[in-house]
Amino acid sequence: METTHILLAVLILVVLYVIYSFNRLISMRNMADKAYSNIDTLLQKRFDLVPNLVNTVKGYMEHERELLEAVTRARTEWLNASNIKENAGADQTAERAIKSLFAVSENYPDLKANQNFMMLQEELTGIENKIAYARQRYNRTVMAINTAVQRFPTNLIARLFKFQTREYFAVESDQARSAPQINMQGGDNK
Amino acid sequence: MMDPIYGRIASNKRKTFFLFLLYAVLFVLIGYFIGIYIGDPIVGIILAALIFIILFLISYFSGQSVVTKMAGAREVSKQQEPFLYNTVEAMSIASGKPMPKIFIIETEVPNAFAAGRNPQNSIIAVTRGLMNRLNRQELEGVIAHEMAHIHNYDVLLATVAIVLAGTIVFVSVIARRMIFFGGMGRGGRRGGQGQIIMLIVLIVVAILAPIFAQLLKFAISRQREYMADATAANFTGYPEGLASALEKITDQQVKNSPIENKALEGLYIVNPALGARSGNRASVLFATHPPAEERVKRLRAM
Repeated sequence: METTHILLAVLILVVLYVIYSFNRLISMRNMADKAYSNIDTLLQKRFDLVPNLVNTVKGYMEHERELLEAVTRARTEWLNASNIKENAGADQTAERAIKSLFAVSENYPDLKANQNFMMLQEELTGIENKIAYARQRYNRTVMAINTAVQRFPTNLIARLFKFQTREYFAVESDQARSAPQINMQGGDNK
Repeated sequence: MMDPIYGRIASNKRKTFFLFLLYAVLFVLIGYFIGIYIGDPIVGIILAALIFIILFLISYFSGQSVVTKMAGAREVSKQQEPFLYNTVEAMSIASGKPMPKIFIIETEVPNAFAAGRNPQNSIIAVTRGLMNRLNRQELEGVIAHEMAHIHNYDVLLATVAIVLAGTIVFVSVIARRMIFFGGMGRGGRRGGQGQIIMLIVLIVVAILAPIFAQLLKFAISRQREYMADATAANFTGYPEGLASALEKITDQQVKNSPIENKALEGLYIVNPALGARSGNRASVLFATHPPAEERVKRLRAM
């Protein structure tokens, strides 16, 4: 009698733990999905501004054709991207291209005085920044999911309900974090 | 990081409830005394309860607009302030919280505060001087600190405490005027009654004053500021932004600035009364905020 009670108590505890872990995995998965769609929306916004940026800058920066092409190429790369890795690659290309474009724009006072360019610069710097944070948030969520999926004993529950590890969006390296920092000089005109 | 914050949220909600209860008891008590004076305690109690329910509704549902009006803040759109809007949106993304409404206070003194009842209904107000002095990362640090207050439900408690304290002060001012008016206008025959009212008000004020002092401390403790700083650093992943912002704005508080308001001072990221009290060592004991140097030190150590 004693032992059946103990066994029953243990069983109930195990079931409760499974339910708790399952719900936690589900909410983490939803958080990751939301974070990913955040990145997606922001990338869309950024690349929607690219043709506008190229048109505004074209007249001023005759000698920087390569830079403009790099920005447009990043957009094409993104349009053709079909998975996280390709998306992240296009994101990095675009980030670098736009950053160097703004850096070079410092040498063109006429361009810097252009109202449309000023607006685009604030908008794009803002978006670059938001993308960096969206990436950070997504990668943190992915890390939490991966830890839960790999660690004992949640790995058993994850296997039972077919939760899988997720891919990071690029690498959250020092390089990625420093992106808005370098933009500061240009975007800090307020 | 997760669990202490959830504990804090629950504790803040509990404290808000307790605060309301305390105010309710006070109101009913005052109503009871006034009721005795006018000859029917029950009427007094019912009246007090009604007034309290109205106050409760105002402070809970429109506390944030009361606070923004008190601070002289005005709402701005993305078109009006793209830099500020983009920064707040970035912090909303970083924290995974809904976007608060954005307000600006037109003064050169750099400061900021948040108010509201929950993350879905909240505001962040910054001064023009803050925007002019900080770069994007520093502003991000400040906004992240305010988002942290919203996220931890510190703002619910602070907003409610401020509105309730404000209304009681308002009521006491009216009562004092009534005594003054009654005393001047009539005197003589009704002088006895006026004295009784005076006595009641004096007793009430004597009871309330220390309680309010305590409540404001209760609502805005220093621990909350450290906590919000830590949460902000977690949101941005870059504690230096907030540290540098704190250094820049602490010394910039000036005496008699438009944002120097006793009721609101605990709400701001840096105490606006610092300008008036600078150099006064004793003030640290009664401060609503920990000293900025200590906050900066802790941020840099992260």
